[in-house]
Amino acid sequence: MALALEARSVVKTYPVGGGVVQAVDEVSFSLQRGEFVALVGPSGSGKTTLLAILAGLLSPTSGNIIIAGHDLAAMKEAERARFRRRNIGFTFQANNLVSYLTALENVELMLRLNGEFNAAGRRRARELLVRLGMEERLNSLPRQLSGGQQQRVSIARSLINQPTLVLADEPTASLDTERAFQVVETLASLVHEQNRVGIMVTHDLRLVEYTDRVIQLLDGRVERIISSEEDLACLADPAECAMIPMDVLGIEE
Amino acid sequence: MFTAIHLALKEIWRNRGRFLLFSLVVALITVLVLFVAALGEGLGSGNREYLEKLNAELIAYEDTARLSIASSRIGCEKRREIRRIEGVREVGSIGFASVSIPMGEDEPFDISLIGVEPGKPGEPPVVTGQGLARRSADEALIDRTVALMTKLQVGDWLTLRSVQGNEDQFYDLEVIGISDSRKYGLRPSVFVPIVTWDEIRPKAVKGPGEEDPACNVVAMQLENPTQLDPMRQLLQARVSDIEAVDRKTAYENTPGYSAQQSTLNTQNAFALLIGVLVIGGFFQIQTLQKVPQIGMLKAIGTPNTIVAMAVLIQIVAVTLLGVAIGSLVTLGLASAFPPTIPIVFEPQSGAMAVATILLMGPVGGLVSIRYSLRVEPLTALGLG
Repeated sequence: MALALEARSVVKTYPVGGGVVQAVDEVSFSLQRGEFVALVGPSGSGKTTLLAILAGLLSPTSGNIIIAGHDLAAMKEAERARFRRRNIGFTFQANNLVSYLTALENVELMLRLNGEFNAAGRRRARELLVRLGMEERLNSLPRQLSGGQQQRVSIARSLINQPTLVLADEPTASLDTERAFQVVETLASLVHEQNRVGIMVTHDLRLVEYTDRVIQLLDGRVERIISSEEDLACLADPAECAMIPMDVLGIEE
Repeated sequence: MFTAIHLALKEIWRNRGRFLLFSLVVALITVLVLFVAALGEGLGSGNREYLEKLNAELIAYEDTARLSIASSRIGCEKRREIRRIEGVREVGSIGFASVSIPMGEDEPFDISLIGVEPGKPGEPPVVTGQGLARRSADEALIDRTVALMTKLQVGDWLTLRSVQGNEDQFYDLEVIGISDSRKYGLRPSVFVPIVTWDEIRPKAVKGPGEEDPACNVVAMQLENPTQLDPMRQLLQARVSDIEAVDRKTAYENTPGYSAQQSTLNTQNAFALLIGVLVIGGFFQIQTLQKVPQIGMLKAIGTPNTIVAMAVLIQIVAVTLLGVAIGSLVTLGLASAFPPTIPIVFEPQSGAMAVATILLMGPVGGLVSIRYSLRVEPLTALGLG
């Protein structure tokens, strides 16, 4: 499979008081097309900071992020914004949608931003929303949608431009369990189906059953990368594999 | 650009109640600004109209009067001297007084009684009827406002009330002509021959008018109207004890004119300042409420230019709508006012006021535009 994303020795430090806080510490990993990965770790472990660096929203203190062969560090701000628009799809925890645009218009916004607002693009946006079960809600405003429906619209928006990388920051934080599973399952299946790279930051370890790998961060460092189906299943449901010690999985008991 | 327009207009349409309400606030400010401007124009015009429209280039005052018409007295000798100066084509004596027209049961109607020499500078052109013909006659020209207020027509008789000593005296004059509006001292005007004026004007002792009475000022037409300054200097050098000025200087020195205009201009400036602050405040609050959304838009790659343009388009649209509504309301209200109220909508000053209000929108919104540009896309991830 083709290498789609590579993080090389990424470091991010912040000056705090007289000292320095190391938010991300020598993080390196690579992902291939068609992979859906969870970024997990306790609060303050650097997940969101790393996500911001991967998205080009934050510059690393050192190290490189290579997406589809392009080094984000070598780009200027406007160039990075353009690159994000074309190559990175986003789903956020909250405030995902433009409040005054309908579901369809929110998805079409990405087409407009990329100058692809034409009949084919609009058809694609409609089909994607229908595929996500939103056919009845195409013309609804975000305030008329449930949290799960809003996240589905957000997923459609993140995928409409056929980006290399899809980033999701706690996409299920405001959803109940059933909807959370539905949303992540949908996101995972679309990432696999469309051969994108998906990275999801989550606190909810039950959701990792839909991922191909889990990158666990601790104090800004990659603590471990879990990729075997068995380990992933245990991480998602520790009660099912009590024979494996939790510390092996890096789970605090 | 199209995306910015799309975002701006969609937001306005989907929140049309809020934006309309704000447009109405802009409309109210527009009405206020236009009315203050019209009031300024009306009051200014009421003070200066006669002098501004005067068919003369220079006006001579007694030099000790310091350009106060009421304090100035110019006798017949001085008039002759002025008339003899080379370059002066024609002169006319003008006298000013305040009298009233009794209105039966109603309050008397105050007017400016202006004495002029028939056919000389100072006499207004007649719109209906005929001009004055004799230096002394029981005849009068009335201006349009007097005609509207009293319903007098050419051929009717007009009664003037004037105080002579301690008593009210009444003078009957035939209306022989009607001029356009020629207010002076915020009062509409009645023009009479100079000798008749001298008889009617309030005096300590009642008596007939002198054959060649002292007037307040002398209006001069010049052979070459472009030579104002050299002629002014020549007149002051050759005729003792006079001060000659152009029409603009004359009306700017009428009592209270400058103070009144600067007061109204200050009011207008404050209204515009309030407008800038209100518009700025509204859009700043709106921008603050939208910070997470703006952050999200930037995170997904929306360029700053689109974010800023969308805010600017909204400001312009809201201001345009408000100014349009305000202008229409002002027009409607203006047509309902009687002509006696000193409100004059002058196209040039109205257009200037509208242009200023249209400009104050973007100026007021500059802070919110700048703020929206500074929103970090990281706020979408809660890191801003």
